Amino acid sequence: MVPYPVTLPALDAQQWHSPTQAFALGARSIFTTILTLVLFVTYIGIGALAHDTGFSLGWAMASTAFVWAGPAQIILLSTLGSGATVVQAAIAVTVSAIRLFPMVVSILPMLRTARTTRRQLLLPAHFIAVTLWVECFRLLPQVPRERRIAFTNGLGIGLVSMSVTATLIGYQLAASLPKTLGAAILMLTPLSFLLSTARNCRQLADVVALVLGLLLFPLVSLLQTGVDILISGVAAGTIAYGVHRWHDRPGQAA
Amino acid sequence: MSDFIGDWHALLVLLLAGFLPNESWRMLGLWLGSGVDEESDLLVWVRAVATAILAGVIAQILVVPPGALASIPGPLRYGAVVVGFAVFMAARRSIFFGVAAGEIVMLAGKWWLG
Repeated sequence: MVPYPVTLPALDAQQWHSPTQAFALGARSIFTTILTLVLFVTYIGIGALAHDTGFSLGWAMASTAFVWAGPAQIILLSTLGSGATVVQAAIAVTVSAIRLFPMVVSILPMLRTARTTRRQLLLPAHFIAVTLWVECFRLLPQVPRERRIAFTNGLGIGLVSMSVTATLIGYQLAASLPKTLGAAILMLTPLSFLLSTARNCRQLADVVALVLGLLLFPLVSLLQTGVDILISGVAAGTIAYGVHRWHDRPGQAA
Repeated sequence: MSDFIGDWHALLVLLLAGFLPNESWRMLGLWLGSGVDEESDLLVWVRAVATAILAGVIAQILVVPPGALASIPGPLRYGAVVVGFAVFMAARRSIFFGVAAGEIVMLAGKWWLG
């Protein structure tokens, strides 16, 4: 990725004096990253998937605004769409959402000041998902500490609004395009999630989990258990963790 | 209006299986927020399982395609993903080029097959 020039004002600039302006600067920052385009394409795919798995438009837009986690949304759509029960879908989504926990934990120290209350952090915490998390690490060091919550809220509102719009566009495209183009829109989801997950792999365990997870699901699905996604996910993830432990075992040169 | 949102059952499902699972982890992070080591063994395992679940869903969409995607023959769906991934790696991990290449392969293949 080309590192885009960051055009935020200097830390002591006039623009940072009001929280409203900090909010506006945050909202405008969504145009400084290629990740916004990736998110846009991803949500077009999610909107189309919601249409073709039989969900309503309002439901799809509400899921983008309130769930605000692409992986959880496609797990929800595709498990429910393929006939899983609500409990099975909820378990799969809950497990996939655990990764939000360390993200929130690692962002909070950047947002806090001595006078910050937990209530002020509720909204920024809701916006945390992988895109905002990456952008906070890139942008927050250039924002004065006492304006970071307003800035993050602006960034979050900007990204969510753009994504809700993309969900709407994707849904309408899937409803109106000829079949082949509709298929091309649906194809955006596996492509963009596969590639963005591959990009986010930081450790050997992540790579093994991705590859094994792809290969194991088709095998497990032959068993027709109804919880195929969970079985293949926990099995592939645990094997990946085992490989990670074995690779990092004491005595092994790094 | 009920067509726009769906029935109350659909909304309840969104709340229970979509909103609450995600928001609880965020709020837990907010409340328990300090002293969690991102490289701890438990989190490595959690991340691996979460990645594998997502990988499984990607495979599910490709193997048991929903809606219009079912009109694309299987080998073409898999081929498009393989080419997309190869271009992604060749283009220094550019998601944009990878997605574009996969889409082009799928559309060109479908056009060629008729």
